[in-house]
Amino acid sequence: MPAAAETMPQNATQNSALAPGFQDPVHDAQDCFRAIMNAMARPGTLHGVRTSELTPPAPLTPAGAAAALTLFDYDTPVWLDRTLMASDEVKGFLRFHTGAPIVSEPVEAAFALVADPLQLISLASFNQGSAEYPDTSTTVILLKQDFGDGDKVTLEGPGIEKSAQFAPKPVPPTFWDQVIANNRQFPRGVDLIFAGSAEIAALPRSTHVTLPES
Amino acid sequence: MTGTAQLQTYDFAGGEYNFAYLDEQTKRMIRRAILKGIAIPGYQVPFASREMPMPYGWGTGGVQVTASILGKDDCLKMIDQGSDDTTNAVSLRGFFEKTAGVRTTYETSEATIVQTRHRIPEKPLREDQIIVFQVPIPEPLRFLEPRETETRKMHALEDYGLMHVKLYEDIAKNGHIATTYAYPVKVNGRYVMDPSPTPKFDNPKIDRMAALQLYGAGREKRIYAIPPYTDVKSLDFEDYPFEVQKFDMPCGLCGAENVYLDEVILDDKGGRMFVCSDSDYCEERRAEGHTGPMAADPAAVHIGGGKQEETDR
Ligand SMILES: [Zn+2]
Repeated sequence: MPAAAETMPQNATQNSALAPGFQDPVHDAQDCFRAIMNAMARPGTLHGVRTSELTPPAPLTPAGAAAALTLFDYDTPVWLDRTLMASDEVKGFLRFHTGAPIVSEPVEAAFALVADPLQLISLASFNQGSAEYPDTSTTVILLKQDFGDGDKVTLEGPGIEKSAQFAPKPVPPTFWDQVIANNRQFPRGVDLIFAGSAEIAALPRSTHVTLPES
Repeated sequence: MTGTAQLQTYDFAGGEYNFAYLDEQTKRMIRRAILKGIAIPGYQVPFASREMPMPYGWGTGGVQVTASILGKDDCLKMIDQGSDDTTNAVSLRGFFEKTAGVRTTYETSEATIVQTRHRIPEKPLREDQIIVFQVPIPEPLRFLEPRETETRKMHALEDYGLMHVKLYEDIAKNGHIATTYAYPVKVNGRYVMDPSPTPKFDNPKIDRMAALQLYGAGREKRIYAIPPYTDVKSLDFEDYPFEVQKFDMPCGLCGAENVYLDEVILDDKGGRMFVCSDSDYCEERRAEGHTGPMAADPAAVHIGGGKQEETDR
C-alpha cells in the first residue's frame, strides 16, 4: 500500500509543525498588498513588508510567504520551482494557509514561486496571457533577492518619472534578455515580483529595460 | 436618485461587518485584478463584482476598489462632482467611516486616498496619494460596438479606427469635437481608455499624474489603472488638436482662473454666478484671502459649505 504509506508522514508533519500564517490576517494582508501594489506601480523601487512574525518552512522565505498569503487562494494555481516542490512542509504550509492548488505545468500557473532564482526556467514557459485577455498571464515571484548588488539595468516606462536603476540578484544568466523580450510582446507577458528579506520590488511587463553598455 | 433612503437604512455600526465591508476572499480577487491593471495600463481587467449595500450608479466599482486597498491608517476624501457634501459623497464617506473606522477629510492634501465620481481635485495630487474613480461605463468603444467579443478584439488588435471615425463625425457636424465628458484617451501609446464621467477639462490632469489612478466599474465588472507618470493622450487629429476646456470668467467667490466652474442659481430673479466645482480648493483659497467678484454679494454668502461631515480629530 504505497499510497497510504506516503500520506501518513505528510499528515504527521502538518499536524505537528505547521508554521502560523499572518498574526492579523486582515491588516497584515492589506499592508503587504499595499507594498506589492506600490512596487508594481513604481517599478524597481523597494517597499518594506512586515515579516518578523512569519516563520515559514525553508526554502520558502518570510517575504515570499507574506506575498503568498496576500495573493494566493483557491482560484490561483501555483507553480513551485524544484527546491520548493521538494519540500512537503512548504507545500503543506501553502495548501493549509492559502488553499491554492499546486500545479506542475508552469503554463497553468497564476503565480510561480521561485526559491532558487539562478535556476529559474525560461520566462517564456509561463502563461503569457492572450491578446484579448493579457491579464491571464503568470506572475513570477523570485525569492531571496538582494537589491543593489546585481547587474545594474535602467528602467523606463509607466510608473517611472524619467528612468530608474535596478540591480537585484541573484537572477539567471540570460534573465535581462528574457525580460526585454517579455516587454516587447506587451500587452502579453509575465509580471515579476522580487522578494528580499524585508523588502519587495516589482517589474511589470510594461517596463522597458536597457542593459548597461559593456 | 432614489438610492438615498435605501442606503441610509443600513446599519454599519459595530463589528458586524468585515473591515471595509468586503470579505478577505473578495479583497484578494480584487487586489489581483488591480495588480494586473497596473501592469497593463489602460486595459480593462474583468473581476467578479460583488453585491454592495448600495445601488449601482452609486459607485459600487469605486467602493470595491477603495475597500480592497484601504488600511486603518488611511485618510479618505470622497467627492462627487467637485464637492464633498453631496448626498452620494456623504453616504459613501459614512459607509467607510462605519465599516473601516478610517479618518476622512475634505482637504485634498490630507487624503491618502481620494475616491471620486467626476472631478479630479484642482490641487495636483502627490506620489503618496491614490485616486479611485467610480466608473459607470468602462468601455470607450461600447457606443460604437455593443458586443464585448468585438470590442475585446478591437483592443487586442489596437484597432481604434471606429473611435476616430466617431470623433471625426463630431467635427464634421459641429466644427469641433463636441465630447465634453468621458473624452477618450490613449494610455502609454497602447490602449484607448474611458476616463470615467470626468469632464474633458480634467484630461490634462490624468497625463503623467504623480499619483496612482485606479478605476472601478461595478455593474460592468471591470477594473483598470494608470500608474504614476504614465503618458495619457486625449484622442485628436493633427488639424483638430485636443483643446483644453476654458471658462471665460474667474470663480465668483475665490477669483481662481483656469479651474472647472459650476453654475449656481442665487435667487428666483435669474441671479447666478460661477464658482469652483472643487469646493475644498475654493474654501482654501478664500481662507488664504483670495476673493472673487461676487464674494461680497449677500446672496452668495451661504454658498461654499462647512465641514461638519468630516471626522473629528
Ligand atoms: Zn473658487
